Amino acid sequence: MQRTVRFRLNGRPVLLETDDQRSLLWVLRTDLELTGTKYGCGEGLCGSCTVGVDGRAVRSCATPLAEVDGREVVTIEGLERDGQLHVLQQAFVDHDALQCGYCTPGMIMNAWALLQRQPRPTRAQIAAEMEGNLCRCGAHRRILAAIEDAAARGGVA
Amino acid sequence: MTRSLEIEEGASVEVDRRTFCKLLGGGIVVLVATRASDLAAQQRGYPEDLNAYLRIDPEGRVTIFSGKIEMGQGVQTSLAQMAAEELRVGLDQLTMVMGDTDLCPWDAGTWGSLSTRIFGPALRAAAAEARTVLLNLAADRLGVPLAQLEAARGVVSVKGDARRQVSYGALAKGQAITRLVGEKAVLRAAADFDVMGRPTKRLDARDKVTGRAQYAGDVRRPGLLHARLLRPPVHGATRVSLDLAKAKALPGVVVVEEGDLVAVLHADPERAEQALAAVDARWTLPEPAFDTESVGDHFTKHAPEPEVRESRGDATAALAAAKAAGDRVFDVTYRTGYVAHAPIEPHTAVAEMKDGRVTVWAGTQTPFGAQPRIAQALGLDEKAVRVVTPFVGGGFGGKAAVGQAVEAARLAKLTGRPVMVAWTRSEEFFFDTFDPAAVVRVASALGADGRISAWDYHVIAAGTRAAEILYDPPDARVRASAGRNAAGSLHPFAVGAWRAPGAGTNVFARESQIDLMAAAAKEDALAFRLRNTSDARAQRVLKVAAERLGWRPGPGPTGRGQGLAVGIDSGTYCALAVEVRVDRASGAIRVERVVAAQDMGLVVNPQGATLQVEGCVTMGLGYVLSEELRFRGGDVLDRDFATYTIPQFSWLPQIEVVLVPNDGLAPQGGGEPAIVPMGGAIANAVFDATGVRFHRLPLTPERVRAALAG
Repeated sequence: MQRTVRFRLNGRPVLLETDDQRSLLWVLRTDLELTGTKYGCGEGLCGSCTVGVDGRAVRSCATPLAEVDGREVVTIEGLERDGQLHVLQQAFVDHDALQCGYCTPGMIMNAWALLQRQPRPTRAQIAAEMEGNLCRCGAHRRILAAIEDAAARGGVA
Repeated sequence: MTRSLEIEEGASVEVDRRTFCKLLGGGIVVLVATRASDLAAQQRGYPEDLNAYLRIDPEGRVTIFSGKIEMGQGVQTSLAQMAAEELRVGLDQLTMVMGDTDLCPWDAGTWGSLSTRIFGPALRAAAAEARTVLLNLAADRLGVPLAQLEAARGVVSVKGDARRQVSYGALAKGQAITRLVGEKAVLRAAADFDVMGRPTKRLDARDKVTGRAQYAGDVRRPGLLHARLLRPPVHGATRVSLDLAKAKALPGVVVVEEGDLVAVLHADPERAEQALAAVDARWTLPEPAFDTESVGDHFTKHAPEPEVRESRGDATAALAAAKAAGDRVFDVTYRTGYVAHAPIEPHTAVAEMKDGRVTVWAGTQTPFGAQPRIAQALGLDEKAVRVVTPFVGGGFGGKAAVGQAVEAARLAKLTGRPVMVAWTRSEEFFFDTFDPAAVVRVASALGADGRISAWDYHVIAAGTRAAEILYDPPDARVRASAGRNAAGSLHPFAVGAWRAPGAGTNVFARESQIDLMAAAAKEDALAFRLRNTSDARAQRVLKVAAERLGWRPGPGPTGRGQGLAVGIDSGTYCALAVEVRVDRASGAIRVERVVAAQDMGLVVNPQGATLQVEGCVTMGLGYVLSEELRFRGGDVLDRDFATYTIPQFSWLPQIEVVLVPNDGLAPQGGGEPAIVPMGGAIANAVFDATGVRFHRLPLTPERVRAALAG
């Protein structure tokens, strides 16, 4: 349905006049030119398109725009503040927790949502929460270490 | 001014310096010719130029140009380390430009763990020569003999009087010069390294954690159309009808039909998707000849006569003699299935035509390989094609195939608009160039003295990478039928290079066979290997891996679940020692620990090398435990991650990496070797845990459960 959709994106108000059944992923990547959020499978099975919606991890490829009306959306581009990396981003850098980097924004956003809800998760809880985010390069070990470290550094911010 | 340099064996390099400097904006340009043998190694019949370039701009910033691409393997960082080491600049003073056919020197492609081994020496030589040129210029400028100068962080200063100094930028600014040099510059010695050999974190990390890193799908051009292409339902299908009327009636949709190319395009990729659903096409499907389960028999029946690839003594006679003597002979057939690359970034490209030239931004492992393909498809001269490679979201060999780049270029030409072709996950599975299914038959004999006396190895469809005999049977041969890309292919769809192509299959077969012979000889699997190979590098990595694991000697099966395997790939030796736990009720295998001992010669970036080993081990769990593409004839049945399962966080073993020092050997491959022994090591560990030998990968819970029940 063509209508006006309003939401907050990375702290700023957004107003779109469009079909509200379009997926959040492609609206972010085309209309809003925020390309940090990646297409990986289009079925919510790989997690590369993960963004935060009201603090929860959401697969943007499987989220119609209508569902974010009036909500607070955070993408990978919204984590850095005044040139300062978010503690999770810094931890991924410090731990070399990435290789090709394509799954990385989704990994970080999924972890971000976890830390919103549970600031000090155990290693097992982190692994369980990250299970649905796929990485083909095999950076898993370092991703877990980075998230654990970010939590220890107070990663909720 | 065009300067030409004749190098060995008649290869000729031409560089139009004015054009080059116009592209780059001036500065010092250094060309280096690589050794003829390296050319041969890289060129494979393409006698074109192979040069490495670097530029120092007036501000002293250094740009490195490499035809290699960064797909996660970390060569952007390790190549920068090599250049920084030789040039005497900081890593923060370097910019890497990679995989741009207009700006970078020709390169065959990023595969085979060649970037550090083959491109690396050329780059180091160029950087060392640039340093020499700059020091000479500085000597003139400062009026000081060369021997009294030293360089660091892009500044040349007088030893003991650091106030007398001049920066590379200042030197470059006044004198834009071109030097032509051979690879004879004096390289810095390993003992003096302060950048190479040091663990260095990835230079691309910041861009990748902020979402700023650009991949092909992130390229935006004015008026960009997203394309969806009509695809056959199965490989080998023939289209018998096509109705585009409904798609054409949709607002904003551009429809293209040219021969086999049928596409619908829209500014919004989801509208393009909807338009594709409105295309009505009918197909006739071929009869499937074989499927996931019958592929092995099909190969065995239809494989062409084998070719001998390695031979000593007379393996056939030795096996016959062993049988006659009553020695134990083992004749075992091993099998593997088709395995997908499944990079998280599907094949994607954006193409734009302008003034008779086409620019294609493509996620590819071979920008210079894509260039002629695109030129041919568009009827353009190669010079009219520019391929730019942004970051590549995983390749593993699969992005040596450039179909998406050709499709985007054709559509850009046909529509006159910039076009993006981004394969869906389903297309990525369907058009993948899979690691081929394979059959390996090994016949071997065990002498009364507990030594391997004969070895007859025959591989169908996987090729012979890492199929070396390695052990010391006096009579042995390795034969291969239907190499990976053989004409009259046995395969129902495309196959191609997959991270160390075929090596995992071969080492699974060889190391399983060795292991079952050790068990038959009632000898410890490590001791049996050490006694049966005289290869010192193999012995060393095996010992290091076993020791680090805490290998408990004893004839298998010990019940502990420990396993060993060793492989050679890209000049690197890697031994894996693993521990597994097998759940007898479910058949599920849990890999608890993996110790990797790797001798890769001189290590440029120990951190990067460790990352690659960890990646190989983690990715390797897939082809060993779960990954096997299901198919029926040309019908690819697994087309998403719901049914094709790749390794996930819960699978993660404890991984320990030991880089076995071997600084006397030039840097060897790092991106692939550790994935190679995964199948052998885990299958051997499962035998050690259960007493059951598995001859087919992957070791799915269903197969393990069935075998344990039987």
